[in-house]
Amino acid sequence: MNSFAPTLQPMRASHTSLIFRSLRLITTLICLLVSPAFGSGSEASGEDKFNPDIILHHVIDDHVWHFTDGMVLPLPVIVHSASRGLEVFSSGNFFDEHHQSKAYNGYVLEHGHIRFENSEEHILDLSVTKNVAMLFLNVLLIVGVLLAVANGYRKNVGKAPSGIQSFIEPIILFVRDEVVKPNIGPRYEKYLPYLLTLFFFILFGNLLGLLPGAANLTGNIAVTATLAFFTFLITNFSGNKSYWAHILWTPGIPLPLRAIILPVEIIGIFTKPFSLMIRLFAAITAGHIVLLSLLCLTFIFKSWGVGFGTSVFVIFINLIELLVAGIQAYVFTLFTSLYIGMAVEEHDHH
Amino acid sequence: MELLTPGTGLLFWQAVVFIALFLFLAKFAWKPILSSLKEREESIQQALASAEKAKNEMARLQSDNEKLLREAREERDRIIREARDASNKLIDQAQSEAKKSADRMLEDAKAVIQTEKQAALRDVKAQVAMFSIEIAEKLIRKNLSSDKAQKDLVEEFIKETKLN
Repeated sequence: MNSFAPTLQPMRASHTSLIFRSLRLITTLICLLVSPAFGSGSEASGEDKFNPDIILHHVIDDHVWHFTDGMVLPLPVIVHSASRGLEVFSSGNFFDEHHQSKAYNGYVLEHGHIRFENSEEHILDLSVTKNVAMLFLNVLLIVGVLLAVANGYRKNVGKAPSGIQSFIEPIILFVRDEVVKPNIGPRYEKYLPYLLTLFFFILFGNLLGLLPGAANLTGNIAVTATLAFFTFLITNFSGNKSYWAHILWTPGIPLPLRAIILPVEIIGIFTKPFSLMIRLFAAITAGHIVLLSLLCLTFIFKSWGVGFGTSVFVIFINLIELLVAGIQAYVFTLFTSLYIGMAVEEHDHH
Repeated sequence: MELLTPGTGLLFWQAVVFIALFLFLAKFAWKPILSSLKEREESIQQALASAEKAKNEMARLQSDNEKLLREAREERDRIIREARDASNKLIDQAQSEAKKSADRMLEDAKAVIQTEKQAALRDVKAQVAMFSIEIAEKLIRKNLSSDKAQKDLVEEFIKETKLN
């Protein structure tokens, strides 16, 4: 990420604005059909070779927020090291006026990692990266929407919901009645606030990630890992006696088989949240990669026809991604409820 | 591979921000939202239950009404029947009594007539005897000279004594 080769710079920029560009492409294509004389002036003209690396650059984290050419938002860098202590500065300091990376105050930004220019000392990087900024936006949006909803309940006591309240309420009821209640059982109310928070965080994150120029927050493995880790903690801390008995001394298993079952059950404690982490990360990141790959085809082939074809296709994939955004939020919440339900379930049939 | 290696900064921020978000929402969003939803559901449940109760109450009142009406009707029928029976009995009684007294009066009348008749007959017998004695006395008195005269005399007396 640090090497902004001048020739690649316009190309790198194109990835975030690809959707806008493809829209422009469609309109230009219509012009082209009307007047055949309209030349071959393509968006990517002037480039010899298109570098699809931009796709990966989009889906991973970054210390700057690159919306489009000339619209690069430098973000705060927060680093801590034993020798220098805590330091906060703008990531814009790592680039000169020609977008070339440069060292700043002894730090260099290399492949998205900050290290010392002259030493191997470990640096704790707590920078507000693109995804952290996205995280803040996501949280602000969720808080804004849900406070408005909560306010609606205060205003319309004993009345039918109105406005945004009537839009969000079915989602809350869906999570409560279709996801949490049937999977956790009678003690569901204790876990409901967490699971609702989880659902809305993933849903809003997924949907925001589909916006042009947005960061791939819920498709980042750090985010999904944290969420899965919370599921792991909640599941195992709410585990009752029969849950642990099932894992450590699975009922109805002959003694020799226990040598196999016990490790399997113990590994199972970790594979459950691990699968949650991978599923959300893979589903969202894959969606972004598919969308960007399709859009990049236009610039690889430098063809109007491909541009038109992929643009149409991208619209459909985008609709599917909207669906996936909901499904993944649902699935993550569903499996978390299921695991909690398994941990708190009373086994009285043995 | 950077795709698969979680960044420490993002891990930290995600954990901190997500916990903060959870605590904030739990207090300021989920608590009021979930409790109002529950309240609303309970009030709907209550309204439905009370509607059901009112319906049952109505049905009960209606059946009570019908029962009362049926009882009243039966009571009325019974009273009418009893009255009719009583009146019939009275009429019968009156009739039989009237008949009895009429019979008795008839008997009395007959008895009176009988005695009157006897008395009359006795009277007539006495009269006849008296007339016979008078006729015999007159015959004897007149010293009957001739047969003709006797016969005329007898006839005359017979004419005189027109027995009816």
